[in-house]
Amino acid sequence: MEKNNPVVADLGNIGRVYKMGTTEVRALDGIDVSFKAGEYWAIMGSSGSGKSTLLNILGCIDRPTFGNYVVNGYNVNDLNDDELSQLRGRELGFIFQSFNLIPQLNMLENILVPVFYQDNPRPDAEERAYMLAERLGLADRLDHRPVELSGGQQQRVAIARALINDPPILLADEATGNLDTQTTGEILELFDELHEEGKTILLVTHEAEVGAHAERVMWLRDGKVDRVVENHTVEAGS
Amino acid sequence: MSGILARTVQLGVKSLLLHKLRSLLTTLGVLFGVSSVIAMLAIGEGASAEAQEQIKQLGSQNVILRSVKPPEDVNSNQTTRLIEYGLTHNDFSRVTKTYPWVENAVPVRILQQEVRYDAKAMRPRVMATEANYQQATGRMMHEGRFLTAADDFNVSNVCVLGYEVARELLPLKSPLGQRIKIGTEYFTVVGTLLPRVPIGDDIPLPGADVTGEIFIPLTTGARWFGEMQVKQRAGSREMETVELHEIIVHVDKAENVERTAAACREMLRRNHDQDDYEVVVPLELLARAEETKRIFNIVLGSIAGISLLVGGIGIMNVMLATVTERTREIGVRRALGAKQHHIVFQFLVETVVLSVGGGLAGIILGLAIPIGVEHFADMRTIVEPSGPILAFGISVSIGLLFGLYPAWRAAQMDPVEALRHE
Ligand SMILES: Nc1ncnc2c1ncn2[C@@H]1O[C@H](COP(=O)(O)OP(=O)(O)OP(=O)(O)O)[C@@H](O)[C@H]1O
Ligand SMILES: [Mg+2]
Repeated sequence: MEKNNPVVADLGNIGRVYKMGTTEVRALDGIDVSFKAGEYWAIMGSSGSGKSTLLNILGCIDRPTFGNYVVNGYNVNDLNDDELSQLRGRELGFIFQSFNLIPQLNMLENILVPVFYQDNPRPDAEERAYMLAERLGLADRLDHRPVELSGGQQQRVAIARALINDPPILLADEATGNLDTQTTGEILELFDELHEEGKTILLVTHEAEVGAHAERVMWLRDGKVDRVVENHTVEAGS
Repeated sequence: MSGILARTVQLGVKSLLLHKLRSLLTTLGVLFGVSSVIAMLAIGEGASAEAQEQIKQLGSQNVILRSVKPPEDVNSNQTTRLIEYGLTHNDFSRVTKTYPWVENAVPVRILQQEVRYDAKAMRPRVMATEANYQQATGRMMHEGRFLTAADDFNVSNVCVLGYEVARELLPLKSPLGQRIKIGTEYFTVVGTLLPRVPIGDDIPLPGADVTGEIFIPLTTGARWFGEMQVKQRAGSREMETVELHEIIVHVDKAENVERTAAACREMLRRNHDQDDYEVVVPLELLARAEETKRIFNIVLGSIAGISLLVGGIGIMNVMLATVTERTREIGVRRALGAKQHHIVFQFLVETVVLSVGGGLAGIILGLAIPIGVEHFADMRTIVEPSGPILAFGISVSIGLLFGLYPAWRAAQMDPVEALRHE
């Protein structure tokens, strides 16, 4: 069904080169991929293959050295820092391996951080935060600080935070890397649900079981797309 | 916008509370800077206001000529000495006749006499003078009237009491019409004066417990007490003859004060062969007091500036450390959509909260110190509203100024680098 959906993220010959003194590291070297709305991708590959670099560019926290990246119609090369920031908060939800909650804020405040930075914040943000918390089973912990919560709970808060502005695209870099198997399973179920609701999900992982939840796996090797593998068995599982 | 500000301030306070001791220590710099500015301003202002008031009471249109006892002859060890010095009636008539811009000149003799009423006795300055003393010095009546020309003409036994004398001798009833004893004579009280701030020259004469003043006509003073005063000292007697102790020269305009003073100095120099007089010009003293105050303010300003600078550097130092410590938070916020100015604003608000917190505490302390000084050191202090306002403004500026660089550094961070930071 995704075949006819619009492209939400389009990478055209994307490269990312790190200069270290006289040597150059080509972390990404000519990536050409299009992600359509509602697709669920896993990005896999050996360590150092460029997965995080790619996801950072997809998440607009890093800019490509060359190539074009178009998110929801915006070419990031045409945007200044403020516009890019605005775009990050509105179109993209980033989920980190180490949760990255802000320690001095309680859960509710953490969830609401991206709202605060939007030029036109949604007026129902607070109700939405309660709704998301309810849905993620956090309703009774909203006034707790991050240190008072388990890893799984913290990651749920981070997911709620990524969803608060209702962005079409979710990006997760090893989002389950710090979690035990059972919690990993719960988080992946959540991603499955969000996928069914129509979110585009791009998930970096090096665990095959995690990758198996996605519709497709893109394998990277030395900054290039090695192959794209379609998963056909997943739907039956969920 | 105000909602964003309120939330940023709230967030700043939360972040600062995460390191309570550190934040507290940081604010101390500003606290002491601000409180010392306010306290020193208040004390300085109080001291100079007092000095200026005293000088003004001498009269800014006056030139005061005073008799000064010349240095003693060390070789003389006679048991009875007779000395004659000071201003003379001739000096007085020269002053009144020669200069057209002198409106009037008031002769004053200061007598050493005991004053009694009922069983109470005291030794105030008994001032034998003329009616225009009141006009020249601007003293205000409390009750009754001052001395008149008629009193002088009639050599009347009347007196006017200074406020302290009236309160001391007749605390419970109106002194008007009462008869008090000065030396051996009885005088009728015709008026009392309002108090004035004690001036530096009211120091008691040696051996006399002088508090306050009492005024009698010049002629009456001459009649009963003569011009010679006898002072008893250990083993010796000193007979002192002084015609006039003071001549208050009242000039028509302040512009003429200076030339009058110069002329008086010249006249006295020519007519006195010993150094037995001085010329006091309140206007000059006032100018000197103002100059002193100006220098004091410059010194004060520099000290305050330095202490606030030190406070500011302390804040900047802590904020730089904070920014480094919170690099990751900055990265996260940027990843979640924060623009650079959001980050600048966030950290700037934190420094301003720190410095304003220190500033407010400093204002409280700075207002408390003058109260304490007034209470314990018995000094006058004046807190001008501009003091705390200035101090507050400075502390906000300090926060902005010294917070700008750390905040800018924070905003300049590359989001990816910041996120990788641990
Ligand atoms: N800031 C940087 N400066 C220099 N080289 C970098 C930088 N960031 C990444 N690289 C290099 O780019 C390449 C890709 O790194 P990246 O972090 O994307 O790999 P990864 O696939 O995410 O690996 P891992 O599975 O270990 O997370 C690596 O060779 C890395 O050394
Ligand atoms: Mg990685």
